[in-house]
Amino acid sequence: MSEGIIYWLQQALNAFQLGSIYALIALGYTMVYGILTMINFAHGDVFMIGAFFCFLLSSLLGLSFIPTLLLTMLGTALLGVMIERLAYKPLRQAPKVSAIITALGVGMFLENFTLALAPYPKQVPLLLENVTWDVYGISISSIQIVIISLSLLLMLLLDYIVQRTSIGMAMRAISWDKTIVPLMGIPVDLIISITFAIGAGLAGAAGTMYALAYPVIDPYMGVMVGWKAFICAVVGGIGNIRGAMIGAFILGTVEIMVVAFLPSTFRDFVAFTLLMLLIMIRPYGILGKPRIQKV
Amino acid sequence: MSVLLIKQWNSLLENDWLVPVLLTLGFGLSFAIPEYNLFSVYVQLIMMYIGINIILAVSLNLVNGYMGEFSLAHAGFMAVGAYSSVLLTMKVLPVADYPLLFPCAVFIGGVVAALLGMIIAVPSFKVRGDYLAIITLAFLMIVKSMIENIDFMGGPRGIPGIMKLTTMPWVFFWTATLVWIVRNFVFSKYGRAVMAIREDEIASDLMSVDTKKVKFFAFMLSSFCAGIAGALFAHLLQFISPRIFDITKSTDILIMVYLGGIASLGGSILGATIYTVLLEILRPSTMAALLSWLPSFMFDPLQAHLITHLGTWRMVIMPLALIMVMLYWPRGVMGLREFRGFIPRAHKQAHHHN
Amino acid sequence: MTILIANKVGHKFGGLSAVTDFNLNLHYGELMGIIGPNGAGKTTVFNLITGVYQASEGSMRFKGIEIVGKRPNQIAALRIGRTFQNIRLFRELSVLDNVRIAHYAQANYGILEGLLHLGRYQKEEQRIINNSRYLLSIFKLEQVAGELAKNLPYGLQRRLEIARALAISPELLLLDEPAAGMNPHEIDQLMLLIQWIRQEFNLTILLIEHQMKLVMGICERIQVLDFGETLAVGTPDMIQNHSKVLEAYLGEVPGG
Repeated sequence: MSEGIIYWLQQALNAFQLGSIYALIALGYTMVYGILTMINFAHGDVFMIGAFFCFLLSSLLGLSFIPTLLLTMLGTALLGVMIERLAYKPLRQAPKVSAIITALGVGMFLENFTLALAPYPKQVPLLLENVTWDVYGISISSIQIVIISLSLLLMLLLDYIVQRTSIGMAMRAISWDKTIVPLMGIPVDLIISITFAIGAGLAGAAGTMYALAYPVIDPYMGVMVGWKAFICAVVGGIGNIRGAMIGAFILGTVEIMVVAFLPSTFRDFVAFTLLMLLIMIRPYGILGKPRIQKV
Repeated sequence: MSVLLIKQWNSLLENDWLVPVLLTLGFGLSFAIPEYNLFSVYVQLIMMYIGINIILAVSLNLVNGYMGEFSLAHAGFMAVGAYSSVLLTMKVLPVADYPLLFPCAVFIGGVVAALLGMIIAVPSFKVRGDYLAIITLAFLMIVKSMIENIDFMGGPRGIPGIMKLTTMPWVFFWTATLVWIVRNFVFSKYGRAVMAIREDEIASDLMSVDTKKVKFFAFMLSSFCAGIAGALFAHLLQFISPRIFDITKSTDILIMVYLGGIASLGGSILGATIYTVLLEILRPSTMAALLSWLPSFMFDPLQAHLITHLGTWRMVIMPLALIMVMLYWPRGVMGLREFRGFIPRAHKQAHHHN
Repeated sequence: MTILIANKVGHKFGGLSAVTDFNLNLHYGELMGIIGPNGAGKTTVFNLITGVYQASEGSMRFKGIEIVGKRPNQIAALRIGRTFQNIRLFRELSVLDNVRIAHYAQANYGILEGLLHLGRYQKEEQRIINNSRYLLSIFKLEQVAGELAKNLPYGLQRRLEIARALAISPELLLLDEPAAGMNPHEIDQLMLLIQWIRQEFNLTILLIEHQMKLVMGICERIQVLDFGETLAVGTPDMIQNHSKVLEAYLGEVPGG
């Protein structure tokens, strides 16, 4: 194969890896938005907590990859439910901004609480042996394969839950109409908690994978990654689960391409300019549908 | 208790002469305090930050409270005002020889920010709610990464060695003037129209409100004030960098607004003051100084077990306090209410009061 | 003398015709009703006149001025006022502010005067307050001027909507189902009120209504819509005996 094609395939692989992590986080934003029409600004920090859980489990308890991943997901899922019950549920009838500000507060709390306990960046121990293969000149690492395949697996699982199970049907029903659904005997509070648990669990998985790929973690790592994942959710059409996945791979590709062509400092500039233009042209995202306002 | 206090305060402010007297007194004090060192330099600095934060909170309230949009861009407008005024005072205007050029530079900083405010105003004609919030976020990120990529603006390292031109009288002057102007805007047909847009944009249009024009004015006034605040901030801190004006700065201002209460000038002033003061009180050195009057058998254990740890836990306590406030006062301390003293005479009987 | 002429106005929602070939001749000072089954396109006609929707074809002239293509606030400033089928007050604002806001286009001062409270500001604001209080007094709402609009009982909210629409000093007033949710006694009062404001403010009124008692009782002419098309125009007597109209409302009439 020619040099050019190899280069492009290599970049595409990198974009896929980044996109996978974004997608797992974006799903949490989009699920919560779909069900509560609320932007959960603390979600990026749940992802960060996931990375720290992964650090604790692997370095202090010396667990291996699979138990670390599962326990981290369980831990962040519980954290997500706790946040929802303590901070958001009491505000469900309050103005929407109160919940948003509370979410910002929860995010700040998680960041600074972690910072108070861990003032210095932490090095996550190597959970998997990193083997790099050379396939026709493209270097593929075992970590890359694990990240991509695990993310795809989790996304397929989520898609199955949402489309095929009764829990998923209840979620879709609530996001369709919040007033009627309780009358049909659907336990709304429980479904909302499950939504937060799944979203936060996926963020935990993303945190673990992020720590695999970039093992130095710090309490503020969730801020920028969180905002980026949020953008993915918006680009795909917020509230739309498949849209979030598409948005994540688009943003991953854009970022990798910008870095390939321009100085890396332009990455955010290009990403956010594209976002701004997209929202002006098609505010409801790629898979979203416009809402018609009745007069 | 707090209601009673507000009532007393209101009946006091009912007097026509009180506001001018307070303003004169405040302006006089803003000269006297630094001249005779009535407070320590540290306290003076905090007072100036309170003024700047009041400008920021009051002007953000225009968009987030009165208009009901959710802007995250305020730190971006602050950055624009800060950078353009700093470029003027450092490279263009001979401020060292003519001190009165400083307010000109500050004003121009505000004007540049106001012009960029149009970038947000135009999409707001089509896009509202969460999507406009995302546009404001994107705007902030774009401003930040543009500054990072422009060398003569210092790039990511920022600009050190800015002259300390922001003094207490200047802070007082700008704070009083801008709060007055925003208050005038709020109590005019434009301000009422802004609130009508918050309630129902289509109905506003059908009641003859030129919603595009009104949004234009509101966004420009709001970003103008943020630009001025940024200019004052830069010449007080004497150092600016893109990192100072990131999303956490916007979040700080948001917290002041929602803590104080939406659509309330008094609320924003209160919110900005409480937030700034609380953050300072929770510093170990300040707390130690505040409690130093205690006898040593009480002070020493406090110092050993509590105060020294504040440095680490200060930023944990703050968001918890914010969450508590939101849970108990979802509309902020003064949501949708106003100090009577801010309401122009002709509007007093017309204003809704709880 | 016609105040509003609509000529072959049409509107589509994503390929689906909501209104086709709509014609209207409204005379100065007239009180006209638009009736029709649900989904007939009545409210769409109001939205087309007031500029909420842009007509995809045809023309509309108000006082000789073409209004197709104008923005809603410009049309309102030409003095077409309206109310809404499902009340759309500024809920979190005071009753007085609801009425004051509708004075926007007439408040004769600019942004600088507004920012500095100088020039024409004081005089104009005083005039607006006085006029708003006058309107509220007509509708017996002065007592609740300081209340938030959302806290008013339903009947008062309906009245406030009309007061607010009058605040733009309309020459043409569009009332969208003003009697919705009212009992027969309240409808009698409303009929008197509509006739009175028409005299007092020198209005031309176009109203949509399902309550036949009100339509037949006060309208001078009636236009019947069905599926976006005009079935008939005429006096209440003519409409009541029109076979096509009966068909649309009651289904096919044997032998009709």
